Amino acid sequence: MQRGLDSETKRQLEEEEKKIISEEHWYLDLPELKEKECFIIEEQSFLLCEDLLYGRMSFRGFNPEVEKLMLQMNSKNKTEEVEGETVELDVSDEEMARRYETLVGTIGKKFAKKRDRVNYEEDENGHVKPTVKAKKMFLKPQD
Amino acid sequence: MAGVVAVAAESLAGGRARAARTVLDQVVLPGEELLLPEQEDAEGPGGTGERPLRLNAGVRARVRVVCGPGLRRCGDRLLVTKCGRLRYKEPGGSGGGGGVYWVDSQQKRYVPVKGDHVIGIVTAKSGDIFKVDVGGSEPASLSYLAFEGATKRNRPNVQVGDLIYGQFVVANKDMEPEMVCIDSCGRANGMGVIGQDGLLFKVTLGLIRKLLAPDCEILQEVGKLYPLEIVFGMNGRIWVKAKTIQQTLILANILEACEHMTADQRKQIFSRLAES
Repeated sequence: MQRGLDSETKRQLEEEEKKIISEEHWYLDLPELKEKECFIIEEQSFLLCEDLLYGRMSFRGFNPEVEKLMLQMNSKNKTEEVEGETVELDVSDEEMARRYETLVGTIGKKFAKKRDRVNYEEDENGHVKPTVKAKKMFLKPQD
Repeated sequence: MAGVVAVAAESLAGGRARAARTVLDQVVLPGEELLLPEQEDAEGPGGTGERPLRLNAGVRARVRVVCGPGLRRCGDRLLVTKCGRLRYKEPGGSGGGGGVYWVDSQQKRYVPVKGDHVIGIVTAKSGDIFKVDVGGSEPASLSYLAFEGATKRNRPNVQVGDLIYGQFVVANKDMEPEMVCIDSCGRANGMGVIGQDGLLFKVTLGLIRKLLAPDCEILQEVGKLYPLEIVFGMNGRIWVKAKTIQQTLILANILEACEHMTADQRKQIFSRLAES
């Protein structure tokens, strides 16, 4: 015995429901209005128009923090236009490469099995590097 | 000045819109329409001769022009709403843009604008926000969390009557203005409560912009007199502080008066001060 409706009747019922709903929806029967592309942008701020200095100022050392801020903010305004600022490196590239070289060894040792740990030996500086040993192959006995 | 105004009146009587390029640094009056450079060719001189054939007619790359304070968009043209001198700034190094036009006008009443740094006076403390008077039509609201290092437990030490240097994050004609004392990264950058003592006085908005211009001689000369600290708010308020009350008052008087002095008079006053 079939309880419920089969898929076809269900589909028909849904379509009828949708038709009823869409007929009830109101819409404006107007022609489509094209929005004109505007090339003028309105701004009410003077910041865009004139390069103004930073508002807090201190002269002859009255407030040292404000004087530091003055240098910072006024130079920020000027260097914003300069593209491609060079970032000061704390660590040089060579040191970085050296560090990575030894890092591979230390981390590798952690994941190596007990037998393979023998292959890792310590360098003079205490850096752990893997030494490549020739693998022992099966030697066929000569007659 | 009279001659310039006469010219402006003449062209207004004619009823034709003028090209913005020809009116730079001249006085414009409210109600004038200005043409942008692209439209000038279309208007042309009245009816004489044929229009020159342009090879690239049709597709023209239009650049976006920014109209600043004192100007409004009116169709394809700019409509002047304040009287003053028309200024123009070329587009910067990034290339795109089309430049900025604005009217350099003078007024005393401040209208809050987003991004402006202003000096406000705390008038009320209600719950989590402070009401700050910035000289506009409504007091701005400032949340207690909008200070550097402020948390719910660690509240900033702000009392009614304190001076605050902050910037607007919300400022339009439909809503109450809101200000904060931190920037988008969460750093104070000099904003917050302005210290003890000192003197707050009001000047016109045009003077503030003149004093904050990059090549302002007045500030350079003032800085040589004696150690002092100044804070400029774009709402026309200036706070000054020097070591003694007399020096502070002298400074305030100079800044108020320098709007109406010529460069020579100013130099005289400074030299007299430097002697004493």
